[in-house]
Amino acid sequence: MIPALIVFAYLAVVLYIGVFAFRRGTASGEDFFVASRGLGQAVFLLSLFGTNMTAFSILGSSGMAYHRGVGVFGLMASSSALIIPLTIYLIGTRLWALGKRLGHRTQVQFLRDRWECGAIGTFLFALTAAMLVPYIVIAVMGGGHTLEAVSRGRVPYELGGAIVALVVMGYVFLGGMRGTAWVNTFQTVLFLLFGAVAFVLIARGVGGLDRVMAQIGSDPKTAHLLSREKILPREFFSYMFIPMSSIMFPHIAIACMTARRMEHFKKTVIFYPLCIMALWAPAVYLGVVAAAQFPGLKPGETDDVLVRLLTQHTGVVVSGLLGAGIMACVMASDSQIMALSTMFTNDVFVYYGGKDRFGDRVQVWTGRAFVIAIAVVAYLIAVALKDKEGIFEVAVRFSFSGFAALSPIMVAALFWKRSTKWGALAAGIWVLATVLGTWYLYSISAPGKAFPILPGVLGRTPGNITVFGFLPVVPMTLGSAVLMLAFSLVTRPPTQETIDRYFPKTG
Amino acid sequence: MKVALTAVVVAVLLLHQDFWLWSDRTLLLGFLPVGLAYHLGYSVLAAATLWLLVRFAWPGHLEKDERPPP
Repeated sequence: MIPALIVFAYLAVVLYIGVFAFRRGTASGEDFFVASRGLGQAVFLLSLFGTNMTAFSILGSSGMAYHRGVGVFGLMASSSALIIPLTIYLIGTRLWALGKRLGHRTQVQFLRDRWECGAIGTFLFALTAAMLVPYIVIAVMGGGHTLEAVSRGRVPYELGGAIVALVVMGYVFLGGMRGTAWVNTFQTVLFLLFGAVAFVLIARGVGGLDRVMAQIGSDPKTAHLLSREKILPREFFSYMFIPMSSIMFPHIAIACMTARRMEHFKKTVIFYPLCIMALWAPAVYLGVVAAAQFPGLKPGETDDVLVRLLTQHTGVVVSGLLGAGIMACVMASDSQIMALSTMFTNDVFVYYGGKDRFGDRVQVWTGRAFVIAIAVVAYLIAVALKDKEGIFEVAVRFSFSGFAALSPIMVAALFWKRSTKWGALAAGIWVLATVLGTWYLYSISAPGKAFPILPGVLGRTPGNITVFGFLPVVPMTLGSAVLMLAFSLVTRPPTQETIDRYFPKTG
Repeated sequence: MKVALTAVVVAVLLLHQDFWLWSDRTLLLGFLPVGLAYHLGYSVLAAATLWLLVRFAWPGHLEKDERPPP
Protein backbone atom coordinates (compact mmCIF):
# COMPACT_ATOMS: atom_id res chain seq x y z
CA MET A 1 0.00 0.00 0.00
CA ILE A 2 3.01 2.30 0.48
CA PRO A 3 3.43 3.00 -3.28
CA ALA A 4 -0.24 3.91 -3.50
CA LEU A 5 0.12 6.29 -0.53
CA ILE A 6 3.07 7.98 -2.21
CA VAL A 7 1.00 8.42 -5.37
CA PHE A 8 -1.80 9.93 -3.26
CA ALA A 9 0.73 12.35 -1.72
CA TYR A 10 1.78 13.29 -5.22
CA LEU A 11 -1.85 13.93 -6.18
CA ALA A 12 -2.19 16.19 -3.13
CA VAL A 13 0.87 18.19 -4.25
CA VAL A 14 -0.50 18.82 -7.75
CA LEU A 15 -3.83 19.84 -6.25
CA TYR A 16 -2.01 22.30 -4.04
CA ILE A 17 -0.24 23.75 -7.09
CA GLY A 18 -3.71 24.50 -8.46
CA VAL A 19 -4.65 26.23 -5.20
CA PHE A 20 -1.39 28.22 -5.29
CA ALA A 21 -2.03 29.30 -8.90
CA PHE A 22 -5.55 30.30 -7.89
CA ARG A 23 -4.14 32.63 -5.22
CA ARG A 24 -1.63 34.14 -7.65
CA GLY A 25 -4.13 34.71 -10.46
CA THR A 26 -6.62 37.46 -11.12
CA ALA A 27 -10.32 37.04 -11.78
CA SER A 28 -10.09 38.04 -15.45
CA GLY A 29 -10.82 35.78 -18.41
CA GLU A 30 -7.45 36.63 -19.97
CA ASP A 31 -5.72 35.31 -16.86
CA PHE A 32 -7.84 32.18 -16.38
CA PHE A 33 -7.79 31.06 -20.02
CA VAL A 34 -4.31 32.06 -21.28
CA ALA A 35 -2.41 32.92 -18.06
CA SER A 36 -2.31 36.59 -19.18
CA ARG A 37 0.01 35.44 -22.02
CA GLY A 38 2.86 35.62 -19.55
CA LEU A 39 4.53 32.20 -19.27
CA GLY A 40 8.33 32.28 -19.11
CA GLN A 41 10.81 30.18 -21.09
CA ALA A 42 11.15 27.15 -18.81
CA VAL A 43 7.46 26.81 -17.96
CA PHE A 44 6.53 27.30 -21.63
CA LEU A 45 8.87 24.55 -22.87
CA LEU A 46 8.13 22.04 -20.12
CA SER A 47 4.38 22.63 -20.04
CA LEU A 48 4.09 22.50 -23.84
CA PHE A 49 6.01 19.24 -23.87
CA GLY A 50 4.04 17.98 -20.88
CA THR A 51 0.76 18.45 -22.72
CA ASN A 52 1.97 15.88 -25.26
CA MET A 53 3.28 13.53 -22.60
CA THR A 54 0.18 11.49 -22.05
CA ALA A 55 -1.18 8.10 -21.15
CA PHE A 56 -1.01 7.42 -24.84
CA SER A 57 2.69 8.17 -25.07
CA ILE A 58 3.87 6.35 -21.99
CA LEU A 59 1.48 3.47 -21.35
CA GLY A 60 0.26 3.02 -24.92
CA SER A 61 3.75 2.91 -26.42
CA SER A 62 4.99 0.40 -23.83
CA GLY A 63 1.99 -1.81 -24.45
CA MET A 64 2.43 -1.59 -28.20
CA ALA A 65 6.19 -2.27 -28.01
CA TYR A 66 5.38 -5.40 -25.99
CA HIS A 67 3.63 -6.81 -29.07
CA ARG A 68 5.40 -5.12 -31.99
CA GLY A 69 8.92 -4.39 -30.83
CA VAL A 70 11.38 -1.53 -30.90
CA GLY A 71 9.99 -0.23 -34.21
CA VAL A 72 7.29 1.52 -32.18
CA PHE A 73 9.86 4.23 -31.39
CA GLY A 74 10.36 5.03 -35.08
CA LEU A 75 6.66 4.62 -35.73
CA MET A 76 5.59 7.47 -33.51
CA ALA A 77 8.40 9.03 -31.49
CA SER A 78 11.14 9.90 -33.96
CA SER A 79 8.65 11.15 -36.56
CA SER A 80 7.12 13.33 -33.83
CA ALA A 81 10.60 14.50 -32.87
CA LEU A 82 10.84 16.29 -36.21
CA ILE A 83 7.28 17.10 -37.19
CA ILE A 84 5.81 18.39 -33.91
CA PRO A 85 8.50 21.07 -33.32
CA LEU A 86 8.36 21.88 -37.02
CA THR A 87 4.65 22.65 -36.72
CA ILE A 88 5.29 24.69 -33.57
CA TYR A 89 7.97 26.61 -35.49
CA LEU A 90 5.77 27.22 -38.55
CA ILE A 91 2.27 27.45 -37.07
CA GLY A 92 2.66 27.96 -33.31
CA THR A 93 4.71 31.13 -33.68
CA ARG A 94 2.12 32.62 -36.03
CA LEU A 95 -0.77 31.73 -33.74
CA TRP A 96 1.12 33.38 -30.89
CA ALA A 97 1.69 36.58 -32.90
CA LEU A 98 -1.93 36.77 -34.06
CA GLY A 99 -3.16 36.10 -30.53
CA LYS A 100 -1.05 38.97 -29.20
CA ARG A 101 -2.09 41.35 -31.95
CA LEU A 102 -5.78 40.50 -32.33
CA GLY A 103 -6.62 39.08 -28.90
CA HIS A 104 -7.50 35.52 -30.00
CA ARG A 105 -7.51 32.87 -27.29
CA THR A 106 -8.48 29.85 -29.42
CA GLN A 107 -7.90 28.72 -32.98
CA VAL A 108 -11.68 28.86 -33.59
CA GLN A 109 -11.66 32.61 -32.86
CA PHE A 110 -8.85 32.97 -35.36
CA LEU A 111 -10.56 30.91 -38.08
CA ARG A 112 -13.88 32.72 -37.62
CA ASP A 113 -12.22 36.09 -38.04
CA ARG A 114 -9.90 34.94 -40.80
CA TRP A 115 -12.77 33.75 -42.98
CA GLU A 116 -15.41 36.24 -41.78
CA CYS A 117 -17.79 33.46 -40.81
CA GLY A 118 -19.19 32.50 -37.41
CA ALA A 119 -20.74 29.24 -38.55
CA ILE A 120 -17.45 27.73 -39.69
CA GLY A 121 -16.08 28.35 -36.20
CA THR A 122 -19.09 26.75 -34.52
CA PHE A 123 -18.78 23.70 -36.77
CA LEU A 124 -15.06 23.33 -36.10
CA PHE A 125 -15.62 23.84 -32.37
CA ALA A 126 -18.13 20.98 -32.29
CA LEU A 127 -15.92 18.72 -34.40
CA THR A 128 -12.81 19.48 -32.36
CA ALA A 129 -14.58 19.01 -29.04
CA ALA A 130 -16.04 15.67 -30.15
CA MET A 131 -12.59 14.41 -31.16
CA LEU A 132 -10.91 15.69 -27.99
CA VAL A 133 -13.16 13.84 -25.56
CA PRO A 134 -11.67 10.37 -26.33
CA TYR A 135 -8.23 11.83 -25.59
CA ILE A 136 -9.43 12.91 -22.15
CA VAL A 137 -11.09 9.54 -21.61
CA ILE A 138 -7.88 7.58 -22.20
CA ALA A 139 -6.13 9.70 -19.58
CA VAL A 140 -8.77 8.80 -17.01
CA MET A 141 -8.49 5.14 -18.08
CA GLY A 142 -4.71 5.37 -17.67
CA GLY A 143 -5.14 6.84 -14.19
CA GLY A 144 -7.50 4.05 -13.19
CA HIS A 145 -5.18 1.33 -14.48
CA THR A 146 -2.11 2.90 -12.84
CA LEU A 147 -3.65 3.30 -9.38
CA GLU A 148 -5.05 -0.21 -9.56
CA ALA A 149 -1.63 -1.65 -10.46
CA VAL A 150 0.41 0.45 -8.00
CA SER A 151 -1.94 -0.47 -5.14
CA ARG A 152 -1.94 -4.14 -6.25
CA GLY A 153 -5.70 -4.06 -6.79
CA ARG A 154 -6.65 -2.40 -3.49
CA VAL A 155 -7.76 0.73 -5.35
CA PRO A 156 -10.07 -0.61 -8.07
CA TYR A 157 -10.01 0.83 -11.59
CA GLU A 158 -13.30 2.71 -11.11
CA LEU A 159 -12.13 4.40 -7.89
CA GLY A 160 -8.68 5.18 -9.31
CA GLY A 161 -10.21 6.82 -12.38
CA ALA A 162 -12.56 8.83 -10.18
CA ILE A 163 -9.68 10.05 -7.99
CA VAL A 164 -7.63 11.12 -11.01
CA ALA A 165 -10.61 12.87 -12.61
CA LEU A 166 -11.37 14.70 -9.34
CA VAL A 167 -7.79 15.87 -8.79
CA VAL A 168 -7.38 17.08 -12.38
CA MET A 169 -10.76 18.78 -12.22
CA GLY A 170 -9.75 20.42 -8.95
CA TYR A 171 -6.55 22.11 -10.05
CA VAL A 172 -7.85 23.06 -13.50
CA PHE A 173 -10.98 24.49 -11.88
CA LEU A 174 -8.93 26.58 -9.47
CA GLY A 175 -5.75 27.42 -11.30
CA GLY A 176 -6.96 27.79 -14.89
CA MET A 177 -4.26 27.91 -17.55
CA ARG A 178 -1.55 29.04 -15.11
CA GLY A 179 -2.25 26.18 -12.70
CA THR A 180 -2.38 23.70 -15.59
CA ALA A 181 0.94 24.94 -16.99
CA TRP A 182 2.63 24.80 -13.57
CA VAL A 183 1.35 21.30 -12.89
CA ASN A 184 2.49 20.20 -16.35
CA THR A 185 5.93 21.64 -15.69
CA PHE A 186 6.15 19.86 -12.34
CA GLN A 187 4.95 16.61 -13.89
CA THR A 188 7.39 16.79 -16.79
CA VAL A 189 10.39 17.34 -14.52
CA LEU A 190 9.20 14.59 -12.18
CA PHE A 191 8.71 12.08 -14.94
CA LEU A 192 11.97 12.73 -16.75
CA LEU A 193 13.81 12.50 -13.43
CA PHE A 194 12.12 9.36 -12.14
CA GLY A 195 11.94 7.83 -15.61
CA ALA A 196 15.71 7.73 -15.75
CA VAL A 197 15.86 6.20 -12.24
CA ALA A 198 13.21 3.65 -13.20
CA PHE A 199 15.14 2.59 -16.25
CA VAL A 200 18.33 1.96 -14.28
CA LEU A 201 16.56 0.11 -11.45
CA ILE A 202 14.54 -2.12 -13.77
CA ALA A 203 17.67 -2.85 -15.84
CA ARG A 204 19.39 -4.04 -12.65
CA GLY A 205 16.30 -5.87 -11.47
CA VAL A 206 15.98 -7.99 -14.60
CA GLY A 207 19.64 -9.02 -14.39
CA GLY A 208 21.07 -6.67 -17.00
CA LEU A 209 19.71 -5.42 -20.31
CA ASP A 210 22.19 -7.41 -22.41
CA ARG A 211 20.98 -10.63 -20.79
CA VAL A 212 17.30 -9.83 -21.40
CA MET A 213 17.92 -8.75 -24.98
CA ALA A 214 19.89 -11.94 -25.69
CA GLN A 215 17.02 -13.94 -24.21
CA ILE A 216 14.49 -12.12 -26.42
CA GLY A 217 16.68 -12.59 -29.51
CA SER A 218 17.13 -16.32 -28.94
CA ASP A 219 13.42 -17.08 -28.50
CA PRO A 220 11.63 -17.49 -31.86
CA LYS A 221 8.43 -16.15 -30.30
CA THR A 222 10.02 -12.84 -29.31
CA ALA A 223 13.03 -12.35 -31.62
CA HIS A 224 11.01 -10.15 -33.98
CA LEU A 225 10.72 -7.54 -31.22
CA LEU A 226 14.34 -6.50 -31.86
CA SER A 227 13.48 -5.27 -35.35
CA ARG A 228 10.52 -3.90 -37.28
CA GLU A 229 9.33 -7.16 -38.82
CA LYS A 230 5.83 -6.87 -37.33
CA ILE A 231 5.31 -3.39 -38.77
CA LEU A 232 4.41 -3.04 -42.44
CA PRO A 233 6.28 -0.38 -44.48
CA ARG A 234 3.11 1.44 -45.54
CA GLU A 235 1.92 1.53 -41.95
CA PHE A 236 5.29 2.92 -40.89
CA PHE A 237 5.04 5.60 -43.58
CA SER A 238 1.46 6.43 -42.55
CA TYR A 239 2.59 7.30 -39.06
CA MET A 240 4.54 10.25 -40.47
CA PHE A 241 1.16 11.97 -40.84
CA ILE A 242 0.02 11.43 -37.25
CA PRO A 243 2.23 14.11 -35.57
CA MET A 244 0.60 16.74 -37.78
CA SER A 245 -2.31 16.34 -35.37
CA SER A 246 -0.34 17.93 -32.55
CA ILE A 247 -0.72 21.60 -33.47
CA MET A 248 -4.41 21.03 -34.27
CA PHE A 249 -5.13 19.76 -30.78
CA PRO A 250 -6.71 22.79 -29.08
CA HIS A 251 -4.56 22.43 -25.97
CA ILE A 252 -1.37 22.72 -28.02
CA ALA A 253 -2.63 25.63 -30.13
CA ILE A 254 -3.87 27.47 -27.03
CA ALA A 255 -0.62 26.73 -25.19
CA CYS A 256 1.24 28.44 -28.04
CA MET A 257 -0.64 31.63 -27.16
CA THR A 258 0.56 31.65 -23.55
CA ALA A 259 4.25 32.48 -24.13
CA ARG A 260 5.38 35.85 -22.84
CA ARG A 261 7.79 36.41 -25.73
CA MET A 262 8.28 34.83 -29.13
CA GLU A 263 11.88 34.27 -28.16
CA HIS A 264 10.63 31.45 -25.90
CA PHE A 265 9.76 29.38 -28.97
CA LYS A 266 13.41 29.09 -30.02
CA LYS A 267 14.68 26.79 -27.28
CA THR A 268 11.31 25.03 -27.19
CA VAL A 269 11.53 23.77 -30.78
CA ILE A 270 15.23 22.85 -30.47
CA PHE A 271 14.87 20.87 -27.24
CA TYR A 272 11.54 19.31 -28.10
CA PRO A 273 13.02 16.36 -30.09
CA LEU A 274 15.39 15.57 -27.24
CA CYS A 275 12.55 15.63 -24.70
CA ILE A 276 10.56 13.23 -26.89
CA MET A 277 13.55 10.92 -27.11
CA ALA A 278 14.10 11.02 -23.34
CA LEU A 279 10.47 10.07 -22.73
CA TRP A 280 9.74 7.50 -25.41
CA ALA A 281 12.99 5.57 -25.63
CA PRO A 282 12.76 4.07 -22.10
CA ALA A 283 9.01 3.48 -22.49
CA VAL A 284 9.43 1.53 -25.74
CA TYR A 285 12.53 -0.31 -24.59
CA LEU A 286 10.93 -1.41 -21.33
CA GLY A 287 7.83 -2.53 -23.23
CA VAL A 288 10.09 -4.98 -25.10
CA VAL A 289 11.78 -6.03 -21.86
CA ALA A 290 8.32 -6.74 -20.42
CA ALA A 291 7.69 -9.24 -23.23
CA ALA A 292 10.42 -11.42 -21.75
CA GLN A 293 9.28 -10.85 -18.16
CA PHE A 294 5.53 -11.35 -18.60
CA PRO A 295 4.98 -13.49 -21.70
CA GLY A 296 1.58 -14.24 -23.15
CA LEU A 297 -0.32 -11.02 -22.40
CA LYS A 298 -3.07 -9.99 -24.83
CA PRO A 299 -3.37 -6.44 -26.34
CA GLY A 300 -5.93 -5.25 -23.76
CA GLU A 301 -3.70 -6.44 -20.91
CA THR A 302 -0.47 -4.69 -21.83
CA ASP A 303 -1.19 -1.03 -21.07
CA ASP A 304 0.18 -1.46 -17.56
CA VAL A 305 3.33 -3.50 -18.30
CA LEU A 306 5.49 -0.58 -17.20
CA VAL A 307 3.81 -0.48 -13.82
CA ARG A 308 4.16 -4.26 -13.52
CA LEU A 309 7.90 -3.94 -14.13
CA LEU A 310 8.15 -1.24 -11.49
CA THR A 311 6.29 -3.11 -8.81
CA GLN A 312 8.22 -6.33 -9.48
CA HIS A 313 11.74 -4.92 -9.68
CA THR A 314 11.93 -1.96 -7.30
CA GLY A 315 11.35 -1.40 -3.59
CA VAL A 316 8.03 -0.12 -2.33
CA VAL A 317 9.13 3.48 -1.81
CA VAL A 318 10.89 3.77 -5.17
CA SER A 319 7.98 1.98 -6.81
CA GLY A 320 5.61 4.57 -5.36
CA LEU A 321 7.76 7.48 -6.51
CA LEU A 322 8.00 6.03 -9.98
CA GLY A 323 4.28 5.30 -9.99
CA ALA A 324 3.80 9.01 -9.26
CA GLY A 325 5.99 9.74 -12.28
CA ILE A 326 3.80 7.59 -14.47
CA MET A 327 0.75 9.25 -12.97
CA ALA A 328 2.26 12.55 -14.11
CA CYS A 329 1.97 11.29 -17.66
CA VAL A 330 -1.48 9.85 -17.50
CA MET A 331 -2.82 13.06 -15.95
CA ALA A 332 -2.00 15.13 -19.02
CA SER A 333 -5.75 15.30 -19.58
CA ASP A 334 -5.64 18.55 -17.60
CA SER A 335 -4.58 20.48 -20.69
CA GLN A 336 -7.35 19.02 -22.79
CA ILE A 337 -9.98 19.78 -20.16
CA MET A 338 -8.62 23.31 -19.84
CA ALA A 339 -8.67 23.70 -23.63
CA LEU A 340 -12.25 22.47 -23.93
CA SER A 341 -13.28 24.87 -21.19
CA THR A 342 -11.48 27.75 -22.94
CA MET A 343 -13.08 26.88 -26.26
CA PHE A 344 -16.59 26.50 -24.89
CA THR A 345 -16.40 29.75 -22.98
CA ASN A 346 -14.78 31.84 -25.72
CA ASP A 347 -16.16 30.19 -28.84
CA VAL A 348 -19.72 29.63 -27.63
CA PHE A 349 -20.49 31.61 -24.44
CA VAL A 350 -18.67 34.82 -25.40
CA TYR A 351 -19.37 34.56 -29.13
CA TYR A 352 -23.10 34.29 -28.59
CA GLY A 353 -23.19 37.29 -26.27
CA GLY A 354 -22.78 35.74 -22.83
CA LYS A 355 -19.93 37.98 -21.74
CA ASP A 356 -21.70 41.15 -22.86
CA ARG A 357 -24.77 40.13 -20.93
CA PHE A 358 -23.21 38.73 -17.76
CA GLY A 359 -19.66 40.14 -17.59
CA ASP A 360 -16.10 38.85 -17.32
CA ARG A 361 -16.57 37.21 -13.91
CA VAL A 362 -19.44 35.02 -15.10
CA GLN A 363 -17.35 34.13 -18.14
CA VAL A 364 -14.66 32.67 -15.89
CA TRP A 365 -17.21 30.77 -13.81
CA THR A 366 -18.75 29.38 -16.99
CA GLY A 367 -15.32 28.03 -17.86
CA ARG A 368 -15.05 26.44 -14.41
CA ALA A 369 -18.51 24.86 -14.66
CA PHE A 370 -17.55 23.36 -18.00
CA VAL A 371 -14.42 21.86 -16.42
CA ILE A 372 -16.64 19.94 -13.98
CA ALA A 373 -19.02 18.81 -16.71
CA ILE A 374 -16.32 17.47 -19.02
CA ALA A 375 -14.48 15.65 -16.20
CA VAL A 376 -17.69 13.86 -15.16
CA VAL A 377 -18.53 12.85 -18.74
CA ALA A 378 -14.97 11.60 -19.38
CA TYR A 379 -15.07 9.50 -16.20
CA LEU A 380 -18.40 7.89 -17.06
CA ILE A 381 -17.12 6.94 -20.53
CA ALA A 382 -13.85 5.60 -19.07
CA VAL A 383 -15.78 3.32 -16.72
CA ALA A 384 -18.05 2.11 -19.51
CA LEU A 385 -15.08 1.36 -21.80
CA LYS A 386 -12.98 -0.47 -19.21
CA ASP A 387 -10.97 -3.32 -20.80
CA LYS A 388 -12.81 -2.94 -24.10
CA GLU A 389 -10.13 -1.05 -26.03
CA GLY A 390 -6.37 -0.60 -25.82
CA ILE A 391 -5.40 2.99 -25.03
CA PHE A 392 -3.29 3.28 -28.13
CA GLU A 393 -5.95 2.24 -30.63
CA VAL A 394 -8.65 4.46 -29.16
CA ALA A 395 -6.38 7.48 -29.31
CA VAL A 396 -5.16 6.95 -32.85
CA ARG A 397 -8.49 6.08 -34.42
CA PHE A 398 -10.68 8.75 -32.98
CA SER A 399 -8.41 11.66 -32.21
CA PHE A 400 -5.01 11.66 -33.85
CA SER A 401 -6.13 10.82 -37.38
CA GLY A 402 -8.96 13.35 -37.27
CA PHE A 403 -6.80 16.17 -35.93
CA ALA A 404 -4.04 15.41 -38.43
CA ALA A 405 -6.58 15.63 -41.23
CA LEU A 406 -7.65 19.07 -39.96
CA SER A 407 -4.11 20.45 -40.34
CA PRO A 408 -4.55 21.57 -43.99
CA ILE A 409 -7.24 23.98 -42.75
CA MET A 410 -4.80 25.69 -40.39
CA VAL A 411 -2.01 25.75 -42.97
CA ALA A 412 -4.34 27.33 -45.53
CA ALA A 413 -5.61 29.91 -43.04
CA LEU A 414 -2.10 31.02 -42.13
CA PHE A 415 -0.24 30.79 -45.42
CA TRP A 416 -2.76 31.03 -48.29
CA LYS A 417 -4.55 34.34 -48.81
CA ARG A 418 -6.95 32.82 -51.32
CA SER A 419 -8.30 30.18 -48.91
CA THR A 420 -12.02 30.44 -48.10
CA LYS A 421 -14.55 29.35 -45.50
CA TRP A 422 -16.09 26.99 -48.06
CA GLY A 423 -12.78 25.21 -48.49
CA ALA A 424 -12.51 24.88 -44.71
CA LEU A 425 -16.10 23.66 -44.44
CA ALA A 426 -15.57 21.04 -47.16
CA ALA A 427 -12.39 19.82 -45.46
CA GLY A 428 -14.10 19.76 -42.06
CA ILE A 429 -17.06 17.74 -43.36
CA TRP A 430 -14.60 15.35 -45.01
CA VAL A 431 -12.81 14.85 -41.69
CA LEU A 432 -16.08 14.22 -39.85
CA ALA A 433 -17.26 11.76 -42.51
CA THR A 434 -13.98 9.86 -42.63
CA VAL A 435 -13.65 9.59 -38.84
CA LEU A 436 -17.17 8.13 -38.69
CA GLY A 437 -16.51 6.00 -41.77
CA THR A 438 -13.32 4.59 -40.28
CA TRP A 439 -15.15 3.68 -37.11
CA TYR A 440 -17.94 1.99 -39.10
CA LEU A 441 -15.53 0.01 -41.30
CA TYR A 442 -13.59 -1.05 -38.21
CA SER A 443 -16.78 -2.28 -36.54
CA ILE A 444 -17.87 -4.46 -39.49
CA SER A 445 -14.49 -6.13 -40.07
CA ALA A 446 -12.11 -8.42 -38.23
CA PRO A 447 -8.36 -8.96 -38.47
CA GLY A 448 -7.28 -11.98 -40.47
CA LYS A 449 -10.51 -12.16 -42.48
CA ALA A 450 -11.36 -10.78 -45.94
CA PHE A 451 -12.74 -7.25 -45.72
CA PRO A 452 -16.53 -7.33 -46.33
CA ILE A 453 -16.44 -4.25 -48.62
CA LEU A 454 -13.88 -3.61 -51.42
CA PRO A 455 -11.45 -6.30 -50.21
CA GLY A 456 -8.88 -5.23 -52.82
CA VAL A 457 -8.77 -1.69 -51.43
CA LEU A 458 -9.59 -1.98 -47.75
CA GLY A 459 -7.82 -4.14 -45.20
CA ARG A 460 -7.85 -4.68 -41.48
CA THR A 461 -5.15 -4.79 -38.80
CA PRO A 462 -5.85 -5.61 -35.14
CA GLY A 463 -6.10 -1.92 -34.31
CA ASN A 464 -7.23 -0.15 -37.46
CA ILE A 465 -8.38 -0.43 -41.04
CA THR A 466 -6.12 0.19 -44.03
CA VAL A 467 -6.65 1.76 -47.45
CA PHE A 468 -4.29 0.26 -50.03
CA GLY A 469 -2.16 -0.73 -47.05
CA PHE A 470 -1.97 2.81 -45.65
CA LEU A 471 -3.64 3.87 -42.41
CA PRO A 472 -6.76 6.05 -42.82
CA VAL A 473 -4.82 9.16 -41.73
CA VAL A 474 -3.11 9.30 -45.14
CA PRO A 475 -6.21 9.52 -47.38
CA MET A 476 -7.95 11.60 -44.71
CA THR A 477 -5.22 14.27 -44.68
CA LEU A 478 -4.62 14.28 -48.43
CA GLY A 479 -8.38 14.43 -49.11
CA SER A 480 -8.75 17.31 -46.67
CA ALA A 481 -5.95 19.23 -48.44
CA VAL A 482 -7.46 18.62 -51.90
CA LEU A 483 -10.93 19.75 -50.79
CA MET A 484 -9.50 22.84 -49.07
CA LEU A 485 -7.73 23.73 -52.30
CA ALA A 486 -10.54 22.94 -54.75
CA PHE A 487 -13.39 24.61 -52.86
CA SER A 488 -11.29 27.69 -52.11
CA LEU A 489 -10.45 28.17 -55.77
CA VAL A 490 -14.09 28.15 -56.88
CA THR A 491 -15.51 30.34 -54.09
CA ARG A 492 -15.12 33.99 -53.16
CA PRO A 493 -12.18 34.85 -50.88
CA PRO A 494 -12.52 37.06 -47.77
CA THR A 495 -12.51 40.84 -48.16
CA GLN A 496 -9.24 42.63 -48.88
CA GLU A 497 -9.45 44.34 -45.48
CA THR A 498 -9.39 40.97 -43.71
CA ILE A 499 -6.61 39.65 -45.91
CA ASP A 500 -4.54 42.77 -45.19
CA ARG A 501 -5.08 42.28 -41.47
CA TYR A 502 -3.78 38.73 -41.57
CA PHE A 503 -1.07 39.25 -44.17
CA PRO A 504 0.34 42.69 -43.34
CA LYS A 505 3.09 43.95 -45.59
CA THR A 506 6.45 43.60 -43.85
CA GLY A 507 9.03 46.32 -44.37
CA MET B 1 19.05 30.03 -47.81
CA LYS B 2 15.33 29.10 -47.59
CA VAL B 3 15.68 26.68 -50.51
CA ALA B 4 18.70 25.01 -48.89
CA LEU B 5 16.92 24.70 -45.55
CA THR B 6 13.79 23.30 -47.22
CA ALA B 7 15.99 20.71 -48.92
CA VAL B 8 17.54 19.80 -45.57
CA VAL B 9 14.09 19.33 -43.98
CA VAL B 10 12.90 17.16 -46.89
CA ALA B 11 16.08 15.08 -46.70
CA VAL B 12 15.62 14.55 -42.97
CA LEU B 13 12.00 13.56 -43.54
CA LEU B 14 13.12 10.96 -46.10
CA LEU B 15 15.79 9.61 -43.76
CA HIS B 16 13.03 8.52 -41.42
CA GLN B 17 12.13 5.65 -43.78
CA ASP B 18 15.17 3.48 -43.01
CA PHE B 19 13.95 0.44 -44.93
CA TRP B 20 17.47 -1.05 -44.97
CA LEU B 21 17.25 -1.81 -41.23
CA TRP B 22 13.76 -3.33 -41.36
CA SER B 23 14.63 -6.90 -40.37
CA ASP B 24 18.02 -6.26 -38.80
CA ARG B 25 18.13 -7.73 -35.28
CA THR B 26 21.72 -6.71 -34.54
CA LEU B 27 22.34 -5.58 -30.97
CA LEU B 28 24.81 -2.70 -30.58
CA LEU B 29 26.91 -2.98 -27.40
CA GLY B 30 24.98 -6.15 -26.66
CA PHE B 31 21.75 -4.44 -25.56
CA LEU B 32 20.67 -1.79 -28.12
CA PRO B 33 18.79 -2.97 -31.25
CA VAL B 34 20.27 -1.26 -34.29
CA GLY B 35 16.87 -0.05 -35.56
CA LEU B 36 16.23 1.69 -32.24
CA ALA B 37 19.74 3.16 -32.21
CA TYR B 38 19.14 4.62 -35.69
CA HIS B 39 15.97 6.38 -34.59
CA LEU B 40 17.58 7.69 -31.41
CA GLY B 41 20.20 9.25 -33.67
CA TYR B 42 17.42 10.49 -35.91
CA SER B 43 15.89 12.36 -32.97
CA VAL B 44 19.20 14.13 -32.38
CA LEU B 45 19.33 14.94 -36.09
CA ALA B 46 15.83 16.42 -35.79
CA ALA B 47 17.03 18.70 -32.98
CA ALA B 48 19.99 19.79 -35.13
CA THR B 49 17.63 20.52 -38.04
CA LEU B 50 15.44 22.65 -35.83
CA TRP B 51 18.51 24.50 -34.61
CA LEU B 52 19.39 25.30 -38.23
CA LEU B 53 15.90 26.64 -38.85
CA VAL B 54 15.95 28.78 -35.72
CA ARG B 55 19.46 30.05 -36.48
CA PHE B 56 19.01 30.85 -40.16
CA ALA B 57 15.27 31.17 -40.84
CA TRP B 58 13.65 32.57 -37.71
CA PRO B 59 10.39 34.41 -38.58
CA GLY B 60 11.59 37.56 -36.86
CA HIS B 61 9.01 39.74 -38.58
CA LEU B 62 6.35 38.21 -36.33
CA GLU B 63 8.05 39.59 -33.23
CA LYS B 64 7.02 43.11 -34.00
CA ASP B 65 3.47 41.95 -33.24
CA GLU B 66 4.38 41.84 -29.56
CA ARG B 67 1.66 44.11 -28.36
CA PRO B 68 -0.96 43.59 -25.68
CA PRO B 69 -4.40 42.53 -26.92
CA PRO B 70 -7.06 45.22 -27.25
